[in-house]
Amino acid sequence: MDIVAARQLARALAEQIGFSAGDATVVATAVSELARNIVDYAPPGEMVVRSIENGNRVGLVLVARDNGPGIKDIARAMRDGFSTSGRLGLGLPGVRRLMDEFEIVSEPGKGTCVTVKKWITRRGR
Amino acid sequence: MEVPILKQGLHLIATVQSALSDADLLQLRDALVESVGRMRARGVIVDVTALDVMDSFATRILRDIAYMVRLRGAETVIVGIQPEVAFAMAQFGLRLEGITSSLDLEEGLAYLDEKTRRRPNP
Repeated sequence: MDIVAARQLARALAEQIGFSAGDATVVATAVSELARNIVDYAPPGEMVVRSIENGNRVGLVLVARDNGPGIKDIARAMRDGFSTSGRLGLGLPGVRRLMDEFEIVSEPGKGTCVTVKKWITRRGR
Repeated sequence: MEVPILKQGLHLIATVQSALSDADLLQLRDALVESVGRMRARGVIVDVTALDVMDSFATRILRDIAYMVRLRGAETVIVGIQPEVAFAMAQFGLRLEGITSSLDLEEGLAYLDEKTRRRPNP
């Protein structure tokens, strides 16, 4: 997977759906982070980005799935500052802050699937 | 894509021209840390105007660059962080602690001139 290509595709889709430039950058940042988790820790994996609707709300869902080692302690991985590799340890908690909905399923030895959603915020109404 | 590094006066200017892969960022770090010595620079400007995303990896590498450049005796300024990128970084919780940033190249050069002024020209 190419991290840069993944985030550029996601940004293009976000803008096409109607996200503001700021929120499209937020989406691209989340994709960059999730794609890097796969490339660095659990290749190969896949990311799917598509538009979603709920009533009159429009948004976007990202699914990042890998068959890597999985995360033993998800609660710990979701805390700021935690990293198994000496990295910043901001990845997953940061992505959760960027997006509106966040779900993670991980099984040690089998892999991890992160699903996040972001809805378009209608301003000035 | 490799980031070109130019010398202007006592300073180096690295202008990011497109989205950068992780390998590009590492290459930029190594090139800057090496160039500071080879070109006897006092200041380093990294212009990120064209950078699409600043995620945790890019932030970490910029912090590393600033620290490594300081260890080599020069100052670093990051210039051109776009409003959307600043917005996403703040939401993410990414911090550029210990790094100076300026609005644009002009401001960055003015800052470096001021910062490195006291040392006479060799």
